Amino acid sequence: MPMKISNDKFTDRLETNLKDELMRNAVASAQSRLQSRRSIAAQQLGNWEEWRNHGEEIRKHVLEYLDYYLYELSENVAERGGHVFFAQTEEEAANYITSIAKQKEAKKIVKSKSMVTEEINLNTHLEAIGCSVVETDLGEYILQLDDHDPPSHIIAPALHKNRNQIKDVFADKTAYTNSSKPEELALHARKILREEFLTADIGITGCNFAVAETGSICLVTNEGNADLVTALPKTQITVMGMERLVPTFEEMEVLVSMLTRSAVGQKLTSYITVLTGPKKTIEVDGPEEFHLVIVDNGRSSILGGEFQSILQCIRCAACINTCPVYRHIGGHSYGSIYSGPIGAVLSPLLGGYDDYKELPYASTLCGACTEVCPVKIPLHELLHKHREVIVEKEGRAPISETALMQAFGFGTGKSSVYKLGSKVASTVMKPFVNEEKIKKGPGPLKQWTDYRDFPSPEKERFRDWFEKRSKGGSNHDRS
Amino acid sequence: MTVHNRAAFLENIAKKLGRSKSLTDKPIISWNHQPQHEVLKGATKDELVEVLIEHCENIHTEVKVCSIPSLAQTLEEVIQGYGKGSIIYSNDERFNELQIDSFLQSQPDTFKWQPALLDKNKEAAEKTNIGIVISDMTLAESGTIMLQTNENVGRTISFLPQNSIAIVPKSSIVPRFTQAAQYLRNLDDPVSTCINFITGPSNSADIEMHLIVGVHGPVKMTYIIVEDY
Repeated sequence: MPMKISNDKFTDRLETNLKDELMRNAVASAQSRLQSRRSIAAQQLGNWEEWRNHGEEIRKHVLEYLDYYLYELSENVAERGGHVFFAQTEEEAANYITSIAKQKEAKKIVKSKSMVTEEINLNTHLEAIGCSVVETDLGEYILQLDDHDPPSHIIAPALHKNRNQIKDVFADKTAYTNSSKPEELALHARKILREEFLTADIGITGCNFAVAETGSICLVTNEGNADLVTALPKTQITVMGMERLVPTFEEMEVLVSMLTRSAVGQKLTSYITVLTGPKKTIEVDGPEEFHLVIVDNGRSSILGGEFQSILQCIRCAACINTCPVYRHIGGHSYGSIYSGPIGAVLSPLLGGYDDYKELPYASTLCGACTEVCPVKIPLHELLHKHREVIVEKEGRAPISETALMQAFGFGTGKSSVYKLGSKVASTVMKPFVNEEKIKKGPGPLKQWTDYRDFPSPEKERFRDWFEKRSKGGSNHDRS
Repeated sequence: MTVHNRAAFLENIAKKLGRSKSLTDKPIISWNHQPQHEVLKGATKDELVEVLIEHCENIHTEVKVCSIPSLAQTLEEVIQGYGKGSIIYSNDERFNELQIDSFLQSQPDTFKWQPALLDKNKEAAEKTNIGIVISDMTLAESGTIMLQTNENVGRTISFLPQNSIAIVPKSSIVPRFTQAAQYLRNLDDPVSTCINFITGPSNSADIEMHLIVGVHGPVKMTYIIVEDY
């Protein structure tokens, strides 16, 4: 699926998602667990700020010398017998990959989870030439079976579904007859997917980090699917966003250690796999042919500009797992495969303001995302920058009242959305509420609360309050 | 071995970074922060063993500790615990050195990885109940074994069988991932085509964040720490 996952308007997406209690409960519970696991892992490691400083300096260095490291990487991949294709656009990447599939007369392709292949809509391109493409990450597999339901989280893509819904999908699409117990569901998927691994012609992976010095790629999983995707089919194609690399194994290990802790609170995930080139002739398993596709797709236009630091991202989702707005509106509201704070910054840059101009307002600018980012991307500042760009350059300034409303619940026009949204706001604002008034409002509220106290949205909705207020009513008046 | 479209791609990046042409000289690296070297710094081997054993509880991995003379017996107990059945193991000289090759050969249904048998190795791994490997380097902090696979140490031994056993020579235990990265960087020969860092059995939390142990790879895993010095 492409980066854009919905043609509905932002407000309509919100209306739909805010009504989905089941999804919102699932998101809230998952978010709490992931957030607490991350925080325990960071604490146990100790010296976390030093780790963040190192993570940041590595990523900044790589971006500063990106042309060199990509040169070195490609030299070393070729040296080890691999092929490298630099793709400026989605079309170039897709055309190259489909040309390999045609050349290999591939019928079946197994994939391990990869955001960049979603971004370039790879499955659709491959299916168009008659290939069957099977997602093998359990979460992605569930979504693919469910008529390509979009992912709602970059690490846990099927977060919005519960076990009963998954059971129904399996029953409907794979003649599953057992219970909704996660273990039974997973065992069923294991059996089906094992057969797919063994009979696939091509394996496609993403890339957590490429290592310039050795021409290696590093894959991070818990399920072990990436290992079977790369050990069994005769051809391996790895697709990477052009910024996802490190100078040497030493920086790789630092970033992997931070990625697994930040994403899921693990010291390391079950499988960290470092692959270099195709297998040697004498080796039995592993691919005979290896292709690395390095994708720009809009990234170079971010380089050298005020949003460059977003390219430091290592896709851990810590910002998503801490964002109060994501918690309430869920991943699908963002309309992009990239959700949460990272999505709100990245989607407009890669996909344009036409489709994603509202996303920078899907934030309270509270800065929690920036605080947890393992590579110190100033996410909330970048969101603020987006707003400046939208207001100043694009001429699409949302009026301040709208911004306020968005801070409460993101309703801009439809009163039903606004009402739902303002209910949400009560919890979003909780940390800032003091004696029923918002003393230090985050984000767009800041300017207001600098000189006036805002009433807590808990007892009174802004629109009602505002009307009373403008008529001279007291903000304590809740009659 | 082809590299397509590189020059234009890199020149575009160089331009965005304010350079007239793309760099081909290695930049000097000088980091201001290096916290990774402080983790478990100065810990003795015995302390590292303790850290490793303690962490194995978190990664759903059984641990046994034994001496070389008792390794065969320990292995037999673990194999029995996994319901016996077929075994596949790597063609690693250390099985001999650790005096368990003949024990494994004496088992009723054993397959030793042999490059000459080509795809038969993978077919065997797919049907096998237990895969056995020897760790090249073991990371105490995270409870991780490292395998540098090659023609004699197949990748799929650790992924296709239902159960997995890793022999962990005590001498292979280091504080953390940092030491493995340094080791790999300092090798004289090119690195293996595949290096696996494995931390317990495969798992997933993709359904309601409920942890399921055993998804695509092994469902159960045991580390046998051998006091080899």
